Amino acid sequence: MLSHVKERARIGAFATLVSALALSACATTGSAGDTGKADMMDGKDKAFAATAAGEPVFPSTYKPFPNIATALKGATIYDGKGGTIENGVVFMAGGKIVAVGGPDTPIPADIAVFDGTGKFVTPGIIDIHSHLGDYPSPGVEAHSDGNEATSPTTPEVWAEHSVWPQDPGFSRALANGGITSLQILPGSANLMGGRSVTLKNIPARTVQGMKFPGAPYGFKMACGENPKRVYGGRGRAPSTRMGNFAVNRETWLGAIDYANDDKAKRDLGKETLVGVLKGDILVHNHCYRADEMALVMDMAKEMGYKVSAFHHAVEAYKIGDLLKENDVCSAIWADWYGFKMESYDGIMENAAFLQREGACVVIHSDDQDDIQRLNQEAAKAQKAGLRLGINIPDAAVIQWITYNAAKAMGIEDMTGSLEVGKMADVVLWNGNPLSVYSRPEKVWVDGALMYDALNPKTRPVSDFELGQPGEGDVK
Amino acid sequence: MKRILALALGATALTAAPAFAQDVTITNARLVLGDGGAPIEGGTVVVRGGSVVYAGPAGGAPASGTSVDAGGAWVTPGLFATVTTLGLADVSAVGETNDITAGDSPFSAALDASTAINPTSQHILVHRAAGITRAATTTMPSGSIFAGQGAIIDLDGDTNAVMQARAFQMINLGEGGADRAGGSRVAAYALLSAAMREAQALVGKAGIPETTEIGKDDEVLLSRFDAEALVPVVTGRQKLYVAVERAADIRAVLALKAQYPRLDMVLVGATEGWLVAREIAAAGVPVIANALNDLPETFEQLGATQSNAGRLAAAGVKVALNASTLRDPRRLQQAAGNLVALTRMPGASGMDWGKAFAAISSVPADISGMGGKAGVLKAGALGDVVMWDGDPLEVGSVPTRVFIGGVEQSLENHQTGLRDRYIDLDESDRPKAYDW
Repeated sequence: MLSHVKERARIGAFATLVSALALSACATTGSAGDTGKADMMDGKDKAFAATAAGEPVFPSTYKPFPNIATALKGATIYDGKGGTIENGVVFMAGGKIVAVGGPDTPIPADIAVFDGTGKFVTPGIIDIHSHLGDYPSPGVEAHSDGNEATSPTTPEVWAEHSVWPQDPGFSRALANGGITSLQILPGSANLMGGRSVTLKNIPARTVQGMKFPGAPYGFKMACGENPKRVYGGRGRAPSTRMGNFAVNRETWLGAIDYANDDKAKRDLGKETLVGVLKGDILVHNHCYRADEMALVMDMAKEMGYKVSAFHHAVEAYKIGDLLKENDVCSAIWADWYGFKMESYDGIMENAAFLQREGACVVIHSDDQDDIQRLNQEAAKAQKAGLRLGINIPDAAVIQWITYNAAKAMGIEDMTGSLEVGKMADVVLWNGNPLSVYSRPEKVWVDGALMYDALNPKTRPVSDFELGQPGEGDVK
Repeated sequence: MKRILALALGATALTAAPAFAQDVTITNARLVLGDGGAPIEGGTVVVRGGSVVYAGPAGGAPASGTSVDAGGAWVTPGLFATVTTLGLADVSAVGETNDITAGDSPFSAALDASTAINPTSQHILVHRAAGITRAATTTMPSGSIFAGQGAIIDLDGDTNAVMQARAFQMINLGEGGADRAGGSRVAAYALLSAAMREAQALVGKAGIPETTEIGKDDEVLLSRFDAEALVPVVTGRQKLYVAVERAADIRAVLALKAQYPRLDMVLVGATEGWLVAREIAAAGVPVIANALNDLPETFEQLGATQSNAGRLAAAGVKVALNASTLRDPRRLQQAAGNLVALTRMPGASGMDWGKAFAAISSVPADISGMGGKAGVLKAGALGDVVMWDGDPLEVGSVPTRVFIGGVEQSLENHQTGLRDRYIDLDESDRPKAYDW
């Protein structure tokens, strides 16, 4: 399949012969087993053609690394879906979770066993909002690839085309944060920033080597101050919040027309928008203010799509009921506030108040430093609730940074919880992960031990760091 | 220095001992003195007339004033946040509320943060509720390599936050300074050298400063008033905070002491400090260190590691934690807690609990010229006492009571108002706007 796709990519760009509406249901990052169309170079009427719309392009080449059957025994397990098992057993083999249970869970005799006494096990941590690779370190101008903000709407861009796999930030997120999956989103200067990509947090030479097999694409949108400031400042629409909505609605109407037009020329941006309308691509909408989120949910109803999660939803706590009713997650920080007008009402109780309403909470980072401490951020939000008598158990808090993130990213059937048959994305912590004093001791991705704090040779070193001060240092 | 300290104490007397100061004795505390030591179980603190008269094991001093049984709760000195912008902005992205930078001003070193501190800024109220009772707050470099003169403030929200105006000058001699000097470190050093010579020439002179203005195009890099503002720096009466990250740049800054022996320097940032830790220690220069930077975010931070602060401290450097590279200063507790976490990680360097706490209390206070007065509980210190609902270095722990100069503080602010309003979403009787 790979050679086939490479060949296709070489063929060229005369796409008009291919129906723009060949958008199959497969708006995923692709995986082995996809089939292509017959070679259009054959026959009398020679024609050039790109791979048909909707067929996988830039497919994932990620394969789990060699792993050995492993069991973790004696630790406290937070399973990612709110469950706790004391003195538990996690058994993984073949890259999958094979068994999870209490101390009597049977495991084979001839496998690697780690004593987890006094330690904690969680699913791999998932950050739903990262710009690693797109705004990598060093953060120099030449690396600033996170936002094609040259137009108020750029649905045609894909974040994966900007990801620099050598960003040292990936390794810090793995070693200090236990991050095993993350979504890389375009920036928020424009209303529609483009497609996101979901990655396995695995060092790779190419972004394809990191792409999460089978993960749906996301679509980045942004409300509020940023788009109106950026484009208003250039003397063009939008320059107001009402302008934001007008441009968005016109753009959606154009996408609907496109979807209904059999003869339309291929349009990369509209292909993405149609993918959203079909439910194959999940909307991740940067939106701080409660009133704007309410308007966006109505716009989504008007146009026939669904918002998967509001990101930076600083005021989500004001409309927890509405978010619950619309089944939209809130991806939030624990304590960011007051740095811009639309963050003025940020409070630490945001997550707890959402949880009180039964709404979906995700703690996100949007930051190369905070991604290393999502567990600590979640703990802050937990304690803010506890002070008001909202007692959210540790295991439910871990769900904010595992299963709930996976759900909002559409990968919850594959990762995000410790359940039999799921990817063996697992973190062994040296203490309760909701304490500032705890760190990941070991991190497995698809059952492969990718980081071990006890073994310096398992610290990933990016190409950029070779021969530089601190190469291979503890970070 | 003596003159400035005298002024500071005078200001303290005005702000910290008003009629509301209460005498209080807190007993049965898990008492942290802030001096780097371990907590004292069952400890007692006695505050009288706005100052600490005793802090230590139970029974060491007679009770005085109101009695408070801490019930085993953690009791600490107020945290001292250093290199903050507290009181200088309401919303940093809303320009008209932001007094942190002034890139269009012809002044740089002459900028005096104390002229604009808003004692009732929400950030001050929020950070007071996070246990920070005093802070070093400053403008940031914008038009030139010089940031201006920072102030030491209290967070008690009364009419005057400023304890000590013009406590330090700050300068950037890394990539940021290079950019503002015209494009290179070489230019930054030339500007520094020129500025120091102009300042030296003004030592002992009164009246309108007569020096050469240094400009580029229509921008002023050093006005004669900036040169005058640097006189206390060259004479060592005002501390010079030098923001610098790269090991080579740190060496270059340390070498300035040979040229200007009276400089009283403090390094700020020092991401690659661990590479030159022994030289910094030998120079006796304290460091306000980035605690958790571990990415080569710039080429001057290639060697970044969270073990930097721990390695510096192990080499004998006086290390405080830098608030300016944290999301907000209230994250200092989290940063310090992470340094404790590192002591459990093979190959990493961190700090034990007592030293980590001191790095956000007594050490930054000491660097700020408030040694023995702030960030510490001992006889003669300011009556800044915080009682906590948990381990003060653990994420999510917050104060239950805060005293500043013996005055119990309100912990209310905009955020608590929102918290209380949205404790439920019930609008069955009236809209939320009537709920306050």
